[in-house]
Amino acid sequence: MTKHVILVEDEMNIAEAIRFLLSQDGWRVETLANGATAAQIIRKAAPQLVILDVMLPGKSGFEILHELREDPDLQDLPVLMLTARGQARDREMAEMAGVSKFMTKPFSNTEMLDAVRALSAG
Amino acid sequence: MVSLNQLVAVCLLYVAGLFAVAFLAERAAMRGQARWLLRSPLVYTLSLSIYCTAWTFYGAVGYAARSGLEYVTIYLGPSLVMIGWWWVLRRLVRVGRSQRVTSVADLISARYGKSNTLAFVVTCMAVVGVTPYIALQLQSVVLSLAIFATPDAALSGQASGPFNSAKAAFWVAAGLAVFTVLFGTRNLNVNERHPGVVIAVAVEAVVKLIALLAVGAFVVWGLAGGVAETLERIDASAIGTWEVAGGRWVTLTLLAAVAFLCLPRMFQVMVVENDDERHLQTASWAFPLYLMLMSLFVVPIAVVGLNLLPEGSNPDLFVLSLPLSQGQNGLAMLAFLGGFSSATSMVIVATLALSTMVSNHIVMPIWLARGRESATQSGDVRHVVILSRRLSILLIMTLGYAYYRISGGGALAAIGTISFGGVAQFLPAMMGGLFWRGATRTGALCGLGVGFALWVFTMLLPSFGVDAALSAQTFEQGLLGLGWLRPQALFGITGLDPTVHAVVWSLTLNAGVFVAVSLFTFPSPIERLQGAQFVNVLDHADPGRGWAASAAGTEDLMIMAQRILGAEEARRFFLSEARAQGQQGGLPEPTPRFVQGLERELAAAVGAATAHAMVGQIVGGASVSVQDLLAVADESAQMLEYSSQLEAKSREISQTAAQLRRANEKLTQLSAQKDAFLSQISHELRTPMTSIRSFSEILRDARGMKAADKSRYASIIHGETIRLTRLLDDLLDLSVLENGQVTLNLREGRLGDVLDQALTTSLAGAARPLDVARDPQAEGILLHTDLDRLAQVFINLISNAQKYCTAENPRLDISVRVVAGEVQIDFIDNGSGIPADEREVIFEKFFRIKGVEGEGAGLGLSICREIMHRLGGNITYMAHGTGAGFRVSVPTDQQPQEGADSLARSAAS
Repeated sequence: MTKHVILVEDEMNIAEAIRFLLSQDGWRVETLANGATAAQIIRKAAPQLVILDVMLPGKSGFEILHELREDPDLQDLPVLMLTARGQARDREMAEMAGVSKFMTKPFSNTEMLDAVRALSAG
Repeated sequence: MVSLNQLVAVCLLYVAGLFAVAFLAERAAMRGQARWLLRSPLVYTLSLSIYCTAWTFYGAVGYAARSGLEYVTIYLGPSLVMIGWWWVLRRLVRVGRSQRVTSVADLISARYGKSNTLAFVVTCMAVVGVTPYIALQLQSVVLSLAIFATPDAALSGQASGPFNSAKAAFWVAAGLAVFTVLFGTRNLNVNERHPGVVIAVAVEAVVKLIALLAVGAFVVWGLAGGVAETLERIDASAIGTWEVAGGRWVTLTLLAAVAFLCLPRMFQVMVVENDDERHLQTASWAFPLYLMLMSLFVVPIAVVGLNLLPEGSNPDLFVLSLPLSQGQNGLAMLAFLGGFSSATSMVIVATLALSTMVSNHIVMPIWLARGRESATQSGDVRHVVILSRRLSILLIMTLGYAYYRISGGGALAAIGTISFGGVAQFLPAMMGGLFWRGATRTGALCGLGVGFALWVFTMLLPSFGVDAALSAQTFEQGLLGLGWLRPQALFGITGLDPTVHAVVWSLTLNAGVFVAVSLFTFPSPIERLQGAQFVNVLDHADPGRGWAASAAGTEDLMIMAQRILGAEEARRFFLSEARAQGQQGGLPEPTPRFVQGLERELAAAVGAATAHAMVGQIVGGASVSVQDLLAVADESAQMLEYSSQLEAKSREISQTAAQLRRANEKLTQLSAQKDAFLSQISHELRTPMTSIRSFSEILRDARGMKAADKSRYASIIHGETIRLTRLLDDLLDLSVLENGQVTLNLREGRLGDVLDQALTTSLAGAARPLDVARDPQAEGILLHTDLDRLAQVFINLISNAQKYCTAENPRLDISVRVVAGEVQIDFIDNGSGIPADEREVIFEKFFRIKGVEGEGAGLGLSICREIMHRLGGNITYMAHGTGAGFRVSVPTDQQPQEGADSLARSAAS
């Protein structure tokens, strides 16, 4: 069974780069560009991994993560968060909301792959 | 011949009259009535006449009979003091009033740091010095009574026979004690002033003057036969040829002047009983006049007495014995009353003054030291003070009586001079205290001690006679056999008159020691303070009539109320109170109700505590001057001013604080904006860099990648670098525009040309077509502005329409209008427009419409707005129909910077 990852990212170029990377690693990558409906879709699809951007149209990455962690079934769902704002406060907020891994853009591809592998293994 | 019983009856009647006068005066003073009399300069002047005791009344004639014109010195001294009142007396009275001084001892003690030791010493000295004087008065009364009782014995000056002089002296002393107790300790709660006593003294002053003048007139016109005959008799007598010894004259005049200042009874009437400083001015001529009248007939009486009366008659009693010998019983009676008046008035006031000192400085300190715990209740203390005062009076009177019984009496004048010499010792400490700030307590004590010791040794003890108090050996060989300690030839200086010798030595050494010790000792802080107050007492404003403050001080209350409430307010209040008391006009009675009301009124102005203290000082009777109250008022005013200054300052400070708070809020806001801005920039920079990094790594690491993918990823990288570059350009552009550092390149050009250029630039290589509608005719208008910057704005708007117009066939209408000095260029597309809630913020930095994909960083419209502001125009969003609409306004009559002239040229062309 192919591993399923949902990527919530409004920057199409970044989304394409991540899709390319992860699909080479055997992931089925589903991309969402809008935050508003992301949580609902994730709950329904039950992926093995979620990659969340912070600044999203519709709903911020923090809000989505919060909604996900409110669902008892999704307590242990690995969530990798990405931010381009590079502020320490963002990391704190993400950790409080129950993020699994937090990364700052730009990242190296190796970094991304290592993080995804670690999260899916654990 | 008048019988003794008749005489006693007359005396009793006279004394009863005095009682009545004193009683009425006292009552009137309590009620605040008859102030014109009680506080008149005339009464003040007459009260000073207690200087003229029986010694002067009877003794002056005796003095003249024995020593010729020398008696004049005892009148000359006080006259000089009164005439020179401006220099010394005024100062003394001012200090006495401002310091609420009750006696000489109190004055000296107050000056030298309120020292009770000094007060005690001065009191003791005063008692020792004055008691013989009181005895002398008793003696004179008894002698004069004896003349009536046994005329024969009287002529020889021996009181004996059926008349019991000791008994008489006792009853006289007892009667005077009762009078003094009654009128001297009546109103203790008030100050040390006694209107009843003063008025009685004034009456007695009139009686003795009339008596002496009457006897004198009888002698001159009745016995001698006229003025010319009298003068002839004087020339013929020994008195006229008496030599005048210069040194003795000067010394005696000085002594009389000093005694006039230092005698406790004189201090009592002159300073303590003084109502108004201005009375001194009247007394300065009226009192010398009184003394002159008193001395007018002294010589004629002495001369005629010596002529007519038998050899050996006591010249001290000529005033009485001359009329008696001529059968003039009525005149003799009057003369007796005059002498009686002189004696009683002196005894009463002297006893009063001494008892005040004894009570305040000896009895009370002892009592307070013994029963400290009971002194806490004020009512109790007052009761004790009255008792102590009364006991002191009895004590002084007993001392006087005892002295009279023991000494047996010598010549009247001699006792007087000795007494003068004793009290004169107060002078250095007193004058030094008034004029010299450097005087110290130790100096005063030492001076007084030395002076008093010398006085006792050279004047008092020798007066008892050789081998009485001092042995003949001491007189001849000096104390302890030391030759330079002979009582009448100190330090080997001989040949001086004993009186001159004693006065000069005692006063000189007293003053010398006082000055020397003062120079070598340091005053305590309180001495310095008091010294400054005493010496500078005249520097303060004239206290005027403010002294008042008896129980009936309505006038003073009025003055104070005026100062605090204002004249009109105070007048209204007093008038209404007077009316409420049923008085037609005038001042209200100071009833408790009225005073309470006044206090309430004042409390409103100066606060309850101060008002209470001020009213209490006046009504409670403590001597308080208007000056004091004004000082309080001044202080309050200063406090008010100070507090209002503080208020103003605190207002300023709170304003500053508010300003700082606002500035701080603004800074916080700016700081938050800066953080948000940096966060945004970080995001805008990191986003393209993420794509660039990721795809470049893919390209680097990928093997066997399709050529199409490779080319696609490379073009993404390329596009993202362009995006980054544009972002940086926009940021720099915005920064320059916002800082106002932009240089405008003003040119003249057609609007149509600018639009043409903008359309060409923005639509080149556009992914989809945009239908643009224009108005060529209106576009012909000439503009004078930065045409490139204007084109930048147009490009931005056209590109936005091209990118974001949602219509199927996008169309942009560009219309131009000239309105009120500006050209309006509207850009309206046929898309869905901008949602109403976002129209407010589209010009903010980094704004992007939600859910709309765009490659820009969201700085375009911010830049447009900045550019239009620089050009002196504006850009606004138009809520117009369905599509997005922007209006760019460019001024035509107002140029952004210099260039008004070129616009004028363009308009003309």
